[in-house]
Amino acid sequence: MQVSERWLREWVDPPTDTKHLADVLTMAGLEVDSLSPAAPAFSNVVVARITSPESHSDGGNYHVCQVDDGSGQMLTVVCAANNVRAGMMTALARVGAKLPGGVDIEAKTLHGVESAGMLCSLAELGLAESSEGIIELPEACDPGIDLHECLELEDTVIDIDLTPNRADCLSVQGLAREVSALLESPLEEVACPTIAASTDTVFPVTIEASEACARYVGRAITGVKGDIASPLWMQEKLRRSGLRSVNAITDITNYVMLELGQPMHAFDLDKLDSGIVVRFARDLESLHLLNGQEVSLSGDELVIADGKSPLALAGIMGGERSCVADQTSAVFLEAAWFHPRALAGIARRHGLHTDSSHRFERGVDPDLAQLAIQRATQLILEIAGGEAGPVVCEEDIARLPQPVEIELECSNAKNLLGIELSADEVEKLLVRLQCQVRRSGECLHVVPPGFRTDLAIEADLIEEIARLKGYEAIPLTYEESISLDTRGQVAHTRPFESMKQALVGSGYSEIISFSFVSQEMEALFNPEHRAKALENPISQELSVMRSSLWPGLVQAAMHNFNRQQERIRFFEHGLQFCQTPEGLLQRPVLAGLICGNCEPEQWGAVPREVDFYDLKGDVERLLEVARLPQDEIQVSPLEDPALHPGQAAQILHGDVMLARFGALHPRIQSSLGISQAVYLFELQLDGISQRLPEPVFRPLSKFPLIRRDITLVVDEAVSAAGICANIEQMQIPILQHVGIFSVYTGKGIKKGKKSISLGLILQEFSRTLTDKEVEQTITSIVSQLEHQVGAEMRS
Amino acid sequence: MTDLDSLEAVALGEIRQAQDADALDDVRVRYLGKKGVLTERLKTLGTLPSEERPAAGQAINRIKSSLQQAIAEKKSGFEQSDLQQRLGREALDVTLPGRRQDLGSLHPVTHTRIRIREYFERFGFSVEEGPEVEDEFHNFEALNIPAHHPARAMHDTFYFGDGMLLRTHTSSVQIRYMQHNSPPLRIIAPGRVYRCDSDPTHSPMFHQVEGLLVDEHTSFAHLKSMLVKFLQTFFEDEALQVRFRPSYFPFTEPSAEIDVAIPGSEPGNLRWLEILGCGMVHPAVFEQVGIDPKRYRGYAFGMGVERLAMLRYQIDDLRLFFENDLRFLRQFA
Repeated sequence: MQVSERWLREWVDPPTDTKHLADVLTMAGLEVDSLSPAAPAFSNVVVARITSPESHSDGGNYHVCQVDDGSGQMLTVVCAANNVRAGMMTALARVGAKLPGGVDIEAKTLHGVESAGMLCSLAELGLAESSEGIIELPEACDPGIDLHECLELEDTVIDIDLTPNRADCLSVQGLAREVSALLESPLEEVACPTIAASTDTVFPVTIEASEACARYVGRAITGVKGDIASPLWMQEKLRRSGLRSVNAITDITNYVMLELGQPMHAFDLDKLDSGIVVRFARDLESLHLLNGQEVSLSGDELVIADGKSPLALAGIMGGERSCVADQTSAVFLEAAWFHPRALAGIARRHGLHTDSSHRFERGVDPDLAQLAIQRATQLILEIAGGEAGPVVCEEDIARLPQPVEIELECSNAKNLLGIELSADEVEKLLVRLQCQVRRSGECLHVVPPGFRTDLAIEADLIEEIARLKGYEAIPLTYEESISLDTRGQVAHTRPFESMKQALVGSGYSEIISFSFVSQEMEALFNPEHRAKALENPISQELSVMRSSLWPGLVQAAMHNFNRQQERIRFFEHGLQFCQTPEGLLQRPVLAGLICGNCEPEQWGAVPREVDFYDLKGDVERLLEVARLPQDEIQVSPLEDPALHPGQAAQILHGDVMLARFGALHPRIQSSLGISQAVYLFELQLDGISQRLPEPVFRPLSKFPLIRRDITLVVDEAVSAAGICANIEQMQIPILQHVGIFSVYTGKGIKKGKKSISLGLILQEFSRTLTDKEVEQTITSIVSQLEHQVGAEMRS
Repeated sequence: MTDLDSLEAVALGEIRQAQDADALDDVRVRYLGKKGVLTERLKTLGTLPSEERPAAGQAINRIKSSLQQAIAEKKSGFEQSDLQQRLGREALDVTLPGRRQDLGSLHPVTHTRIRIREYFERFGFSVEEGPEVEDEFHNFEALNIPAHHPARAMHDTFYFGDGMLLRTHTSSVQIRYMQHNSPPLRIIAPGRVYRCDSDPTHSPMFHQVEGLLVDEHTSFAHLKSMLVKFLQTFFEDEALQVRFRPSYFPFTEPSAEIDVAIPGSEPGNLRWLEILGCGMVHPAVFEQVGIDPKRYRGYAFGMGVERLAMLRYQIDDLRLFFENDLRFLRQFA
């Protein structure tokens, strides 16, 4: 809501400056976004009268004007505008004037004539976006007066960011009422006399949908001049409210809306057929709107129609067929009350948002319609002439909002706000808001004024009390006792946070990427999945919900490849969105990416590129941080469309996949133009206990441990896991640990074979092992492996 | 016994002149070894007359220990200088950088979330999460924002066309939590939220922390103290100026926006920056989740994590949060 301070002060004029007024509004919940001057800076522009315009002797489109600028001396000014005429009052920028946009007016010879200044248009003074011809000022102005004074340009435009509940403040009247209540300053209601009918021209109105339109006030005015412009004072007020001037009739309906808050419409009476019908649209009906848009209507859309067809989308926008134009000589004025629910969503559906729909959707005071018709009649007769017919009013009073009586317990206000309040004080505050208050002890029966459609329950009134007292009047009170629910004290994000910290310790940086990706990217990583798609994405790049965090990680890596970063370790924590037969699953995952060298470039280490096992080590560390029992998880190869088929694995816990990881599939790599190998992991956090099991202490053995190393030669196809599982099967109590410390193929080993070196750690808890026991154990392990996996001992 | 004296003098001279540990050991073997000169002399004691033996034995032993001592001293001197030489050889350029893996970093949004969480956990709030693809009920209706409510226009919602949407705030989590838990309640709900809006100051995805407290004797004055203290703690500034400005959210009443004073463009100039929305839980919300509004009162608040992070770390461009540029991320190790 944008309003001129001067206009507001016509209604209420508190003894306070602009800045303070703005602060008061802001601190009452009417947030002032900006204060800006009503006109751009210019100087030395005065009112002047053109006495004799003559066409330039060279036959061009120039006028050589004699101009009276009140100085007592006639000036000669050359002007190209075509609205120049004798006796016209206009604006003269004298020699030495400075105009907006850095224009300096100097004495100049134009077409051989010395011009002592420039006659100005509104646009040249920054008072309109465009204009035809020079400014036409009222006859009554005195030449020589500064234009600022003449047009009251010393004014501030106050731009207020109104919250949707304060529909009542969408007018000068409404804001004035608010200022009056806040600053306890008297309100000067603008005189709005009832204009009696001077003709009996009546255009009938029928409401067929009173559930949507409970009041429709109309009036025919004949003999108006459709082709005249509204007076400059009105144009200026409209401009300062952010509206463009169109013609006098339209400007007046807009003016009344801004002044009182009642959206209005004027139809060209001669273009209407038989009578106004307020009804819902019929199937296949359509309407050509004022803005040139053609809309097809549906049955839940309220229209204002005549005998033939819809004329207007009720409360939103008029149609082209019946609009007021230059040739209009009779109008039919509309001021109606539409139910906010009836209009809800309709404007948006057609991509429309108008001053009218904005107000009706938020709620208009139903008592305004009559007043607005009178005010508009008064202004039309004054400005555009004509004869008014009788006011037609159709209504269904039972369907109009009824005044509500709200019970307010003073103690509830005190307790909710945490302040001291007396019933007297509460009453006084509410009366300032024009509420009717009836007291019974500490209980107040409150009837809010009709324009405050937002006040319906006790809490609404308590908020008003707080607002009027000022939120700064509410003390800072610290809780005396906390009645705590300690069930929530297990912070379940903790294991995830430890895992994140572990990654940070391993050189990973956390990224945050958008949860939506492009369809192409999603399909590249997960071709079988039908990703959940947004109906109204911001762009194709961000149009479907990611089923994996990998596309985001890879894109983030690419962003950095393009900035000369080749060594990357990233992780992200977020939801993946997978469509399953059971519906959409939104699961938290922790995913990561590594590529480039294993360690940052440094003098003391031989550079080595990361590989699958670096990645796997990081994943294993994460599972360790999550305290997943090692003996409950299994690693196995995985087929995954995003991963290299020979370098992809999964970690299973029972039959639940906890993690998948591996090298990015070379196909994806090349289609994204990535030259280096990229490794990815993704951990399902739902599978990881949200509560870390507390460690349970196991006593330490006092006896020495013994290590024996064996080296075996096996077929290359024999997996490490297979060898370990075979040893495990033997269930040797003294075998504490089996480690693999070397894997070798090449010289000295037959093709198709590999050598594997195992470190076996043996220990007995209660005594020292004998050499014999150790030798027996090692021999049994070797023999088991010889039989089960065809291993040969290597000497 | 002058030959013994001269033997000692010669031996001591040889010890003195030994160039290294090996030469020293040769001397030792020559005089003190199994077949050494002194050892041989001791063996010949038996040939002496018995009355001479004690004196002769003493004299030999005196020389023997004198030589032993001299050898030990000489040897220790060699060890000292060997050690010195070794230490010299082993000296490193300690100014060379250490061998290391890089330290990674948490995202500034995470740092900020942790900071917010730590404050509220001290007051007994627990962390709750909820789905990001939400239904209209939890995101709007239960929060007193029925279909076509003008407040929905403030939200610029992403829809899926099947009644689902991307949550526009984490307030939906308070509904889910209240549906399944009875008062007293204290939670914060951090997470990603989405608005169909993208320009230099708006991101289609950002983070919020929502807070909710429901108890029997909660008031707006409690809300004020909790949040003023929070902001002073967060910015580590006891003198931070904070103001509560009336505002409107359909799910709280009274509602407020909180502004903090931050240095303006001109020195000594302060400007108010909106940082938090809050209010007392609207009775209609309690009714939606089956909590008796006559018995319980509550307050709720919501804050934008990026905005807090921008202020705290002096980040001037929202887009940096989601570009994932290593040069940015590394600054938050």
